[in-house]
Amino acid sequence: MAKLVLDGINKIYENGYHAVHDLSLDVADKEFLVLVGPSGCGKSTALRMVAGLESITSGTLKIGDRVVNDVHPKDRDIAMVFQNYALYPHMTVGENIGFALKLKRTPRAEVEERVREAARMLELEEWLDRKPGQLSGGQRQRVAMGRAIVRRPSAFLMDEPLSNLDAKLRVQMRADIAKLQRNLGVTTVYVTHDQVEAMTMGDRVADKRKGYLQQVDDPQGLYDRPDNLFVAAFIGSPAMNLLEATVAQEDDALHLAFPAGRIRLSDTVLAAHPALRDRVGAVIAVGIRPEDLYDPAERPGHPDDQIINGVVDLREALGSDLMVHFTAEANRVVVEDVREESELAVTSAGSALHAAPLVARFWPRSTVREGDRVPVAVDTERLHFFDLATRLAIWS
Amino acid sequence: MTVIDESAPVKSVKAKHGGPSQLDPVGQQTHRALAAIPTWVLWGLVVVWTIPSVGLLVNSFRPKSQQLSSGWWTAITDPSFTLDNYRQAMFDMPGGYVSFGKALLNSFAIAIPATVVPILIAAAAAYAFAWMPFKGRSWLFIAVVAMMAIPLQMALVPLLQLYSGGAHMTLFGQTFTIFPDLNLNNKPIAVWLTHTAFGLPLAIFLLHNYISSLPGDVFEAATIDGANHFGIFWRIVLPLCKPALAAFAIFQFLWVWNDYLVALIFLAGNKDASPLTIQLVNLVTSKGSGTELLPSAAFISMIVPLIIFFSMQRYFVRGLLAGSVKG
Repeated sequence: MAKLVLDGINKIYENGYHAVHDLSLDVADKEFLVLVGPSGCGKSTALRMVAGLESITSGTLKIGDRVVNDVHPKDRDIAMVFQNYALYPHMTVGENIGFALKLKRTPRAEVEERVREAARMLELEEWLDRKPGQLSGGQRQRVAMGRAIVRRPSAFLMDEPLSNLDAKLRVQMRADIAKLQRNLGVTTVYVTHDQVEAMTMGDRVADKRKGYLQQVDDPQGLYDRPDNLFVAAFIGSPAMNLLEATVAQEDDALHLAFPAGRIRLSDTVLAAHPALRDRVGAVIAVGIRPEDLYDPAERPGHPDDQIINGVVDLREALGSDLMVHFTAEANRVVVEDVREESELAVTSAGSALHAAPLVARFWPRSTVREGDRVPVAVDTERLHFFDLATRLAIWS
Repeated sequence: MTVIDESAPVKSVKAKHGGPSQLDPVGQQTHRALAAIPTWVLWGLVVVWTIPSVGLLVNSFRPKSQQLSSGWWTAITDPSFTLDNYRQAMFDMPGGYVSFGKALLNSFAIAIPATVVPILIAAAAAYAFAWMPFKGRSWLFIAVVAMMAIPLQMALVPLLQLYSGGAHMTLFGQTFTIFPDLNLNNKPIAVWLTHTAFGLPLAIFLLHNYISSLPGDVFEAATIDGANHFGIFWRIVLPLCKPALAAFAIFQFLWVWNDYLVALIFLAGNKDASPLTIQLVNLVTSKGSGTELLPSAAFISMIVPLIIFFSMQRYFVRGLLAGSVKG
């Protein structure tokens, strides 16, 4: 077991492409760290550098207390799980799992014992004599896990191990892997583009974009206090609503002015974000999580000056909640490169000037109907504020 | 407890497709008759191509007197068969010829090394060309593949000189030995080397295509599991390449087994080591004595390629890669 330290790691390819910029990360012993970001953000490259499959252009990589920049992958004492599983198709499940031990010339009895133990943990015992081709996707994934755990390495590296599974299996394997990691207590770096995986599995989540590390925090911290617009837009599903607003001063109080109307900021908000006072007259980005937009009927007594009006486009009844998609007169802030391209095309379509599509999480007993013009209450205490130029969060 | 039956009958919808089913009965018959023509043409070709071999096979079992006096088809009305031709050809050749039993062993002694050695070398080279980055890799690969264009006949004399005298070069009054005189001529190793050299370019080319299409993830996984290049080659690449290796092995084996020219040039002087093809030709030119053994001798030399082909052909079709990656 060991900690993992990345210090100022860079990756520049021969063709000049700079894939990873000054990546510094400390992964504590037994920690589950998730590297998350959209495709092309350099997260897989970073992981492959830790594994030793890619050379490190500059910076220091330590596993435990040993600098391993130039150590061969097999001597780094790590195990990796690949997106495509990368099982050896001509070997049985048992041989796949025991391959690394066999190469180390471990005595046969011990290999068998450890393979059995790994298989028992992963419920693969009855499949040990099958070939990978005869297994389902979920089972192959577990074999790949087995191959990693049987070696008792000081760190696991996982490169999108669940992305080839169907949605239902993914949810289950997500829990299984997280549980397994906690039981084994092995330091783990897990790469994914799926922010739900990142939030549910990681002790801490590191968010990357275009080769730069954006923020490292525990999942709740990342969700509640995003450092910048990118993290705010990337983390959370449905995504945070991001609108342009002008900070306006009126009768002692600060307001956020939208084309649709004004929202008064309470003193507690200003106490938490004192820097807002310096921005009177400026246009900033305001982030509102869907659950911070609710039906005024749900909480009687909601102040009238903290309401935004919109026309309901669509209501999705989830049973426990009612997702209300509505359009408000406001300017939307689009953060490119957050979602997969196709998704981005869908969400940005039809957003004309002064018409921002928003998503709110209403209580299930709400009576709003599609086409209605409705008031939507805003929980101002939980708003997020960002500078449009620097894209950084506005605090003090 | 409530059981919900989801297996309620679903009305099957008949697929509607165009074509003959919409024609009238006469039209349908004509269509069927025309559609069968290619099959009948194929069967015709099979029969025409097989008849000579069948004739040879029948004759190989007929006694000498009948072989010389009547055609093989008379065996249909007047069957009289003997195994004597095979016994003589295998163990008891008349006129001081080397028996075909011995020649069969000679052929094996030539064909097996001349198949295994180039395949192992080619597989290793193909792996290196596909997965080991080094300077000038693509140029070297092109050069190797370009060697396929060198005709074997052109190299016979230089090779003969190389085997029986070595290669020497005189520069500025100094003589350098590039290849020592190992006196390889008239030894099986000369034939092995020649077949290996001329089989390599095609083998490297074919195996390179196959090996470079293997999923790289698997090699990376093996690297992390602790395998070096040799380990990856031996434990992962070779087993995964079985279909390609088998396919090439069949080609190379048949080519070497049926080869006459190379054996004639490098081995004809050594009767005790010369293969079936040489002995078979000797039998033809022997003017009378032993010609009745020719059909049986021919079948002795054919039986091995047939066995090889039928025992290994499944490798052509089996997809060994199934299940390594999702797809």
